[in-house]
Amino acid sequence: MNLFHFLSQNYDQVVELTLEHLWLVGISTLLAVLIGVPLGILSARHPLWNRPVLGSANLIQTVPSLALFGFLLPVPWLGERADRIAILALTLYALLPVIRNTYTGIRGVDPAVVEAGRGMGLTDRQLLMQVELPLALNVIFSGIRVAVVVSVGLATIAAAIGAGGLGEFIFRGLAMVNNQLILAGAIPAALLALGADFGLGWLEKSLRPR
Amino acid sequence: MHGQRLQIGYAGRTFENVENTSSNTPVIEFRDVAYVLPNGRELLGGLNLRVRRGETVVLLGRSGSGKTTSLKLINRLLSPSAGQVFVNSVDNGATDVIQLRRGIGYVIQEAGLFPHYSIEKNIGLVPKLKGWREDRIKQRVQEMLQLVGLESDIASRFPHQLSGGQRQRVGVARALAADPEILLMDEPFGALDALTRDQLQREFRALQQRLNKTVVFVTHDLREALRLGSRIALMEAGKLRLVVTPEEFMKSSDPLASAYVQAFVGDESISVGSIKDASIKDRGVQ
Repeated sequence: MNLFHFLSQNYDQVVELTLEHLWLVGISTLLAVLIGVPLGILSARHPLWNRPVLGSANLIQTVPSLALFGFLLPVPWLGERADRIAILALTLYALLPVIRNTYTGIRGVDPAVVEAGRGMGLTDRQLLMQVELPLALNVIFSGIRVAVVVSVGLATIAAAIGAGGLGEFIFRGLAMVNNQLILAGAIPAALLALGADFGLGWLEKSLRPR
Repeated sequence: MHGQRLQIGYAGRTFENVENTSSNTPVIEFRDVAYVLPNGRELLGGLNLRVRRGETVVLLGRSGSGKTTSLKLINRLLSPSAGQVFVNSVDNGATDVIQLRRGIGYVIQEAGLFPHYSIEKNIGLVPKLKGWREDRIKQRVQEMLQLVGLESDIASRFPHQLSGGQRQRVGVARALAADPEILLMDEPFGALDALTRDQLQREFRALQQRLNKTVVFVTHDLREALRLGSRIALMEAGKLRLVVTPEEFMKSSDPLASAYVQAFVGDESISVGSIKDASIKDRGVQ
């Protein structure tokens, strides 16, 4: 049975696992943005926060993903459902590119523009919302793009703790020494990563300040 | 305030000008102002200066002389380490900083236009912050474009679509949009080519004669100072050395002022007198 035959025969399952995969990546990226962008802003505005915030996000990256899933398993409430663990782990991994790019984007706004804004009487909030964030948006999006692409790959490992996603095919294939099964998980995951990279890349380009 | 004497002192030197009233009220006043960096380095010390209504005071000096620091103390982009800065007789440290800044036009080198805003949005920003109605803002933008000699169709463009000179004109228009009484200009024409700079200086002088704003203008270029200033405040190493009219500056015995004049004259074959006459004639000063 070749790969295409397998995919067409298991079409419903492929779609279901792909949707699960997208859901894991989507929710975790959303959470990473909701947490990471404010932390990036905080680091950019208050240099004292820069080291602890970026340092912690860096530290998380050093923990192997399988080990992190394992560490989170015994945590109350979280450990009750595998998808909760997967979402938390993926969120933690996605934080670094989001925080770092938000920080870099805001710090990279032309100081003359910021000074002109202050000089004209913009409040800190107005300066952030009307000047700094719009001008940093493409850099922030570049971080989100990296986070999504990394998460699509990492989410395949979530299947090891039963969180679902395209990793299920891969782990099943590994157990059965079946390359077609492995490819049935790996190819859609790679296509998802490429699609996200292309789509978000296009969005990032369109947001680039002139 | 009748017959009040203006005293500006530096290092035991005192310059006195007898002034009369209405134009005499200082719109901006520095009283014993110092600005010291957190590392203890003094950028500005013992600054006493009064800027009268409708005059253009040019802060002239080399890099690091304290010109820009002085300017930023007026709109509180910096706060003095010692002394006080008064704007319309009110200590600017005791006023709401946002309202203070919205009442002062601010133009910097390269204009500092918001690249993601159209020209219309850039010019209309302060009026919008002040809560003007949309139709009034639109009308004001057109008036400002006309005032600085730009076509009205430029309003829909973005800063990157304009030349350096046009951007600087927009910067001036933006600073004037909410009709501030005070205009602060930090080397606004410094990044332009010589011809455009010359043209903008002439236009700005004509504009200032019409609008009669109180202007503090920072430059390191004596030609610009002579052209635009009602008075020139010469600064060096964070101290104010002298405050004189352009005519007095050209005759000043102060060594630094003389050095500026010498450098300005450049070619020794050209007499100081002819240059001075040319500059003063150029300014339209009798």
